[in-house]
Amino acid sequence: MGSDVLKSIENAVVEMRFDDTEALTRQALDSGVTALAVLNGGLLTALERVGVLFRDGDYFLPDVLMSVKAYNNSYRLLDSELKKGNYKARGVVMLGTVQGDIHEIGKNILLALLQGNGFRVIDLGVDIPADTFLARAQEENPDIIGLSALLTTSMPAMKEVMDLFSARGVRERFKFVIGGAPVSQRYAEEIGADGYGEDAQAGVDLVKRLLA
Amino acid sequence: MNDLITTMTKKGPVVTDGSWGTQLQRRGLKRGECPDSLNLSNPAMVKEVAQCYVNAGSGIILTNTFSANRFVLSKFGLEARASEINRAGVAISKEAAGTKSLVFSSIGPSGKMLVSGDVTEEQLREAFEEQAEAQRAAGADGIIVETMMDVVEARIAVAAAKRTGLPVVGSMVFDSGKDKTRTMMGNTPEQAVQELAQAGADAVGANCGQGIEGFIVICGRMKAATDLPLWMKPNAGLPEMEGGEVVYRTSPQEFARHVPPLVEAGALFIGGCCGTSEEYIREIIRALGR
Repeated sequence: MGSDVLKSIENAVVEMRFDDTEALTRQALDSGVTALAVLNGGLLTALERVGVLFRDGDYFLPDVLMSVKAYNNSYRLLDSELKKGNYKARGVVMLGTVQGDIHEIGKNILLALLQGNGFRVIDLGVDIPADTFLARAQEENPDIIGLSALLTTSMPAMKEVMDLFSARGVRERFKFVIGGAPVSQRYAEEIGADGYGEDAQAGVDLVKRLLA
Repeated sequence: MNDLITTMTKKGPVVTDGSWGTQLQRRGLKRGECPDSLNLSNPAMVKEVAQCYVNAGSGIILTNTFSANRFVLSKFGLEARASEINRAGVAISKEAAGTKSLVFSSIGPSGKMLVSGDVTEEQLREAFEEQAEAQRAAGADGIIVETMMDVVEARIAVAAAKRTGLPVVGSMVFDSGKDKTRTMMGNTPEQAVQELAQAGADAVGANCGQGIEGFIVICGRMKAATDLPLWMKPNAGLPEMEGGEVVYRTSPQEFARHVPPLVEAGALFIGGCCGTSEEYIREIIRALGR
């Protein structure tokens, strides 16, 4: 029973059936399945599948957003129980689009997939100066800092962030990942970032790898 | 078909212009600066870009109004000046064009997503109507709705532009999916053509997102799906970083080699997007045997 209902929840999220996700989650909890089991056995696997479908070009942005909406319909029923228990996020990721760039769509897809994969995400927003990244990182102490850019002209701002952390001697306290249309693995190496994600799912895989 | 567009394309493909962003950066546009506000603060610099395309032989030049909608402008605190910035942009291009080129004013995406509820269709309609009306008032010959990623937003913008009575082109970015023939939202070329035609577009097409090689397939698929004239503006390849500088690898000559197959596939308006300059326009004209 437990694993059947978990599989149904997983499918409902992947297939973007919002109401089913909620009903199935209630059914699972009523029948004694724990919130943690729903999260790990249904929701996280669902979002992993969605990420792969997106990476492979079978799912597009609206599909990802709808799946995440279905996910949230289930997750909000689990939240209070998860908080009571000793559930801990897989890690903390801080995201922002660098200064001079106001594009947020790519960052927001990554944010949704990271949350769906059990990470706590702090979203700084767009057009974020290097010193804001530094100040917020010192406050929040994330495991990973993700820098996003869409414009080729804002790529140098990624390097400015890296350089500022190095200059203040705190570069090694965090892992840095970068992403966005004009960015590449080579650019990540050039500015000394720990990794580059070609798309949102690659970003999730990268974050998992860096925290493994 | 719209009269102006019929007349223009009677003698074969019309050469449009190249990139504005790349050109403005070359002339000193700074990172984080609002390109469209240069229409007010540095019209001479904007006019230089317009002039270089007129001189290169562009039959249609665009305007520096791509981001001049109230949503993007609000990120720079300039939303109240949307009309003014659009009027100035059209006036600058018209001054440069004289009687040599026509001016199609540019309308780009809002930067907001309907699908995630950032914005309503009604809010988009108002913003695009404000932009299109200012462009008409300043004397634009036509309007190009370009670089659209969501066909729903594109349809709203085309319909808003059509209310001015001017000829309107609707153009989308195909850079996603397995073979890069879908928009970010998953729309196909066929779907784009159908929906934009329904919204009243006088021509439809594709711009940005990838190099010219990939445009041949997209153009062919659009051709098979519509009788409307097709507008194509590819990038000069994809941007790469080289020693901290952004470079586009496709040379003007290489770009121009793909122009005959693009015409063969049905393109009636040809120009360039990111990374292209007046050199590309000259090579396109040469490739067309003019």
